[in-house]
Amino acid sequence: MSLSLALLLAVATTTPDYGNTQLPDRQAEAQARALMGELRCVVCQGQSIADSDADMAADMRALVRQRIARGESPEAIRAWLIERYGDYVSYDPPLSGATALLWATPILLLAVGAWIARSSFRKRR
Amino acid sequence: MIAEAGLAALWFAAMLAGLQLLLGVLALRRKDVAGEQAMAAIGPVAILQGALVAIAMGALIAVFLNTDLSVKLVAENSHSAKPWIYKFAGAWGNHEGSMLLWVTILGAGGALVAWKERTLDRATHVATLAAQGAIALGFYAFLLFASNPFARLNPAPIEGQGLNPLLQDPGLAFHPPTLYAGYVGLSVAFSFAVGALVTGQVGPAFARAMRPWVLGAWVLLTIGITAGSYWAYYELGWGGWWFWDPVENASLMPWLAATALLHSVNVLAARDGLRAWTVMLAVVAFSMSMIGTFLVRSGILTSVHAFAVDPRRGAFILALLGIYIGGALALFGSRIGQVRAGRSFAFVSREGGLVVNNLLLSVILGIVLIGTLYPLVAAGFGVRLSVGPPFFHAAAGPIALALVAVMAVGPALRWRSDDAEAVLIRMLWPMVAAAGTFALMLTLTGGMGVLSLLGLSFGVGLIVASVMPITRRNWRRTPLPIWGMVVAHVGLGVSMIGMACDSAFTAERLVALYPGQATIVGPWRVELNRIYPNIGANWSALEARLTATREGDGATLRPQQRFFTDPPTTTSESAIATRWDGQLYTVLGQQDAATGRWQLRLWWKPFVTLIWLGGALIALGGVLALVGRWFKAWQQRRREALWG
Amino acid sequence: MKRALIWLPLGLFGVFFAVVAAGLMRPADTTVRSTLVDKPLPVFKLEPMVPGKPGLASGDFKGGKPRLLNVFASWCIPCIAEAPQLMALKARGVPIDAIAIHDKGPAIAAFLRRNGDPYAAIGDDSRSRVQMALGSSGVPETFLIDGRGRIVRQYIGDIRADQVDQIVRDVAAAGAAAR
Repeated sequence: MSLSLALLLAVATTTPDYGNTQLPDRQAEAQARALMGELRCVVCQGQSIADSDADMAADMRALVRQRIARGESPEAIRAWLIERYGDYVSYDPPLSGATALLWATPILLLAVGAWIARSSFRKRR
Repeated sequence: MIAEAGLAALWFAAMLAGLQLLLGVLALRRKDVAGEQAMAAIGPVAILQGALVAIAMGALIAVFLNTDLSVKLVAENSHSAKPWIYKFAGAWGNHEGSMLLWVTILGAGGALVAWKERTLDRATHVATLAAQGAIALGFYAFLLFASNPFARLNPAPIEGQGLNPLLQDPGLAFHPPTLYAGYVGLSVAFSFAVGALVTGQVGPAFARAMRPWVLGAWVLLTIGITAGSYWAYYELGWGGWWFWDPVENASLMPWLAATALLHSVNVLAARDGLRAWTVMLAVVAFSMSMIGTFLVRSGILTSVHAFAVDPRRGAFILALLGIYIGGALALFGSRIGQVRAGRSFAFVSREGGLVVNNLLLSVILGIVLIGTLYPLVAAGFGVRLSVGPPFFHAAAGPIALALVAVMAVGPALRWRSDDAEAVLIRMLWPMVAAAGTFALMLTLTGGMGVLSLLGLSFGVGLIVASVMPITRRNWRRTPLPIWGMVVAHVGLGVSMIGMACDSAFTAERLVALYPGQATIVGPWRVELNRIYPNIGANWSALEARLTATREGDGATLRPQQRFFTDPPTTTSESAIATRWDGQLYTVLGQQDAATGRWQLRLWWKPFVTLIWLGGALIALGGVLALVGRWFKAWQQRRREALWG
Repeated sequence: MKRALIWLPLGLFGVFFAVVAAGLMRPADTTVRSTLVDKPLPVFKLEPMVPGKPGLASGDFKGGKPRLLNVFASWCIPCIAEAPQLMALKARGVPIDAIAIHDKGPAIAAFLRRNGDPYAAIGDDSRSRVQMALGSSGVPETFLIDGRGRIVRQYIGDIRADQVDQIVRDVAAAGAAAR
């Protein structure tokens, strides 16, 4: 990973401004686009890097596009950023002890709903 | 002088709100002459209170129009060189002013209940007005003690600090008032529910009295959310129309509750069922409005949307929330047991469908609420995380699709009880339409997202299912409320198709061009002709002239980079060409320092307009239902006048 | 069971109230901290920013002595406010390197002439690459790196006058620990 960063920096001067231009490959761009929508701009007030005018957001977009272009998977890029900025940087909270309750919410609510419905139907028969 | 008059009017209005509460309590406690008098006085007091707070709001608008910089609020949020419409609307483009607008509409709502409401029994009417007075009293106290909009500044500055440029848009003139009017309509429903819990009169008459308020509020919320979404879409300049941002969620939650309430109140009015549901949802709907206001105002959550935030005042609003919501829920717990159960029904029945509808809406509401608050909870345990679109799509998406299926089936169900197999047969055509769309899209397009694909198919199925109830009817004799239901349900289907098309078929082009160069986005060829300066009342701009052409069609677009001086801010003003089959959305970015080329962001968004067209149809459905009910009531009154 | 159901909404509201009240009393920390503290410094190599001053590479932090790594820019106003403190740290023998974000050589040179030059080396990080690799989210930020290339501490925002003594102590402690 660290070697790849050095390589990346070496080519940075010759590559186009990927913060504001797309990747030529459509599928790679679609992958990058999906990931950018799920990464939080660390200097903005709650915007993804896909919708922000901030310079830092453009730099993060460039990072995502270049890594995708080099064949890295979106999840590896997300993990790389989480390693540095914490879970905060991803809008998709990873399942963990801290988020178990969050991800269980729909199921819990549906269960409570089913309980309410059942008692209201049964009672009346 | 005007500011002092406004403040005095606000104080008097607050005192009258207190009086309104006292009179209500007196009227309900005492059955003697004093009680009678209190009962007679409460209406005029409510009307006078509404008039006084309207005067206060008028005074605030007047100081903003005059740009009276000795008023602190004006100095901090306005500027003499601003177009008059933003001076006018700027009166509520800030915390204090928007809270005053909130209570103004609240006062007007109370006055209207006192003046026009005649279907309710007197005791419940009085209890409703007392509850309305109690709500208003808390918010007056908040304004007077923690957010005085009329505070003076000495010495007065020479110039004001100006209004956030993102708010300098015609959207500001109608978006907040529309949403607030919707919230306040729900406050009336809340007061009705509290009144009914106090007197124990939960029945069809109560539902009929509440229904127009709920319908009206729901229509306004629908319009407010739809318009707000479109405003954010063209103002923020990245082509997004919904971000699952806390402020957006704050407006969505009351709408979800109001939608469930609207359906329950109809069952209660027509069939005397879902009594507890209706009361509960009326409490929840306004509670969500207050919680939304709190979340947005307290600065407890961060948001992209420009907003006046002040954490010091958060505690005050939170205390009000505790009193009102806690009080109402405690009242619900202690009284609902005495409310007779409504009529019974089977699971497969129109009522059963509506219960499932209420449940699914409530579950979505719960997911949105918890998803919005979760980062706050986690922060309390020292964990920083973000909850965004991936969570909301994954958690609420499937439930929303299930809800759409229930929406499709619901109108085809019979009241009381129905036969499951017969229902399935009735649903044949919608299912065929949905499955056909699914298969067609799967073969025509390769990489369409699952949610988009299902959204599109369910949307089509919903539209087919929604028009079915009227295909076999005589259209002239179909009552307006039925038309309203059909139009609103079709509207949701239309909106879903728009959302799916936007997320699946949008073509994006991000380029840097020299003037004279062209690029392709979707079916369009877009040429950057030139870049030139432009100037407005309080901004200067760099403007791009773009000519877009496609077969047999052309458009000229002028997106801008706009620079405001007061306060110093740059915004990108998008330029949009709307066609029947979508929108071409263009934004001018910065100049590339190294090459001198200009960055352009271009999107071709097929059928994206359906999102807001659908929203408008949903609102229109509500209006049709409202007009239909009024017309029927008017006919009935006339018949009674003729015969009686 | 029915009774419980009736009181459920009030209970849920109570939970909401408690959560929000707690959140209100303890305002959320809005700074985004790097999670690389106590981890090795990422490998990087940056070109020089101004003539006569070397660029910066991660290897420079493995010389055995702790160093500060300052993330700054000439267009950043708090960086001007921070400059005297960095000069004071330099005077007290703390070596400081920097990476300049989104910047140009002449602008940096002018900044150093105006505000003093506490830096041994300045790397040109025009696209925030190294900044992101460090988990830094703004300017100015300062990292303390021990002599073996580990990030020990992150100071977010401009360094204030009252922080200087503490930072000198932190640097000494990092040096002692790394030995």
